[in-house]
Amino acid sequence: MSDAPSNGTALGPGSHPEIAPSVRLKMYSSMWRARVFEKRVYDLFMSGLVKGTTHLGTGQEAVAAGFSTAMRDDDMVFCTYRGHNHTLLRGAPMDSLMGELLGRESGCCGGKGGSMHLTDVEQHAMGSYAIVGAHLPVAAGAAWASAERGTGQVTACFFGDGTTNIGAFHESLNIAAVWNLPVVYVCENNLYMEYTPISSVTAVPNPAADRAAAYGLEPIIVDGNDVDAVYRTALTALHRARSGGGPSLIEAQTYRHHGHSRADPGKYRPDEEVEAWMRKDPLILYRARLESLGFAASDLDQVEEAARAEIDAATAAAKEAPEPGEAVLMTDLWADGGASWRR
Amino acid sequence: MATLTYREAVARGIAQEMARDERVLLIGEDVAEAGGVFKTTQGLRERFGPRRVRDTPISEEAITGMVMGAAMNGLRPIGEIMFSDFLATCWDIVANQIAKTRYMTGGQIELPLVLRSANGGGARFGGQHSQSVENWAMAIPGLKVVAPSTPVDVVGLMAAAIRDPNPVVFLEHKALFATKGEVPDGELVDTLGRAATVRQGDHATIVALAAMVPKAIEAADLLGREGISADVIDLRTLVPLDVTAVATSVAKTGRLFTVEENPRLCGWGAEVASIVAEECFWDLDGPIVRITTPHIPLPAADAIEDMAIPSVNRVVETVRASMQ
Repeated sequence: MSDAPSNGTALGPGSHPEIAPSVRLKMYSSMWRARVFEKRVYDLFMSGLVKGTTHLGTGQEAVAAGFSTAMRDDDMVFCTYRGHNHTLLRGAPMDSLMGELLGRESGCCGGKGGSMHLTDVEQHAMGSYAIVGAHLPVAAGAAWASAERGTGQVTACFFGDGTTNIGAFHESLNIAAVWNLPVVYVCENNLYMEYTPISSVTAVPNPAADRAAAYGLEPIIVDGNDVDAVYRTALTALHRARSGGGPSLIEAQTYRHHGHSRADPGKYRPDEEVEAWMRKDPLILYRARLESLGFAASDLDQVEEAARAEIDAATAAAKEAPEPGEAVLMTDLWADGGASWRR
Repeated sequence: MATLTYREAVARGIAQEMARDERVLLIGEDVAEAGGVFKTTQGLRERFGPRRVRDTPISEEAITGMVMGAAMNGLRPIGEIMFSDFLATCWDIVANQIAKTRYMTGGQIELPLVLRSANGGGARFGGQHSQSVENWAMAIPGLKVVAPSTPVDVVGLMAAAIRDPNPVVFLEHKALFATKGEVPDGELVDTLGRAATVRQGDHATIVALAAMVPKAIEAADLLGREGISADVIDLRTLVPLDVTAVATSVAKTGRLFTVEENPRLCGWGAEVASIVAEECFWDLDGPIVRITTPHIPLPAADAIEDMAIPSVNRVVETVRASMQ
């Protein structure tokens, strides 16, 4: 990320210069890395190699790509069970994520987490949380610690539209605002709460933005399929948080290409709606923009090829890695490394 | 040496650790300006300032979640849940997030935090402010569970809980807040997972926790006059569980009684009884007997709340009847 701003601190609200070509190329690469990763996860799930469940972020890559590129290296990310994109783009190595999904010892959690709990603390990917809303107060707490310790870190917390109707959303947004915490809450509104249209179960049209006023926050809606727009919005919010301006609540409007989870084909969604959103695929849109800005098609092809090569290597490495053995079953419950409950 | 009430001991233990380690902070409803609804945190805000002792909204998920997030990021926070019954409002954060995260992440995330709460009955509060929930916490892998019975144990175990690198649920008993005890001057740091044998005897082992400990002691004293002498073991912590202390005593006495305030089903004594039945069967001279609150919510009226919670008389009569 050579000439990219290393963080949002250099940019105040409303003062965005042109996005540097290297930053744009990085974001294009990020989206492709996430896309090929999820495509591979889907294929492996359908062939029975990825077990349990998966919640793919395909179609929503621009949110993770824009934010991760705008963040400072030590900024923290909290995400949900639909968290592959965020954990990968925060910096977790692809082979450790694929190892986790395939239930291997090489996985980022040693096989104890699985698809819904991808975590890489070294990269400040502070976990994927699978109970809706639970990570919102946890993210507030991480931000509180940053503020108390004066680390200058900002916490970004990603969640779906359905989360806006759970109590933890309200508790977290309220206390984050009252305590002026350096946290950026990002609602990825993909229009469906699992299988149910969010509009049919929510009192306001914009599930996050229309609630912002209740916490004294500005309503912010961004085109979540436009990575440049996400990046600029992220810079502003991160800057605000880092400079003591408190939390933000951002609603990124996007769409998932797949169903909610597993093999859900998403048949509850009208065909014309799906087709309209597929035309707004963030990768297609961004490639067109980059070409219109003069990026060479061959350079963009090379980005896509590199992503494909990376996922092939990661898959091969994960498949070769051993499964976790009995030795680790009873480790890591307690800080002493064990799981003993008696004396 | 000073005489402190149990409630004063709570503040003393927290203050000792806050003075020692600036990463220790306390948040909760009414804990700062008001000094806690049970006055267990009185004087802490004045001494350590409004940033380290901070009032929260009535938001139990926020309190527990923020304590978790802060513990991930370099603090050693203490969160207060005013009444332990209220843990049900944030049990997802406690049971699914705090307890599981270390294991689920392969040990990447450490959570040095303490959740304090006022537990137990006897104060005529009725069903939603009285329950003993120690067995809820004990049932969740990944939580340590502490429930002291005396002021000196409150101080030492509070220090141990705060210094422990794991999540600890620290249950303070409402019926004990006004009780007094001698507390030595200077720093006190106890050990989690060590029971205390608070009476010595030969014929029976009575295992108790928190507010049941003084009742078990009084019962043992009465039984002693009848020629039945009993070991009284104050477990002090449920996780880690001091099986050694119980097994050693049962090997001597041959009889085991538990005195539990939690409702009967899956109370902590069921686990103790199961372990003793499995591991100390040939030491037993008679059935294991559990003395518990019945499997009901606690009623409010004096007369019937007192009938529900194990009393000194019930312990004496049950032990006497079983020993004949």
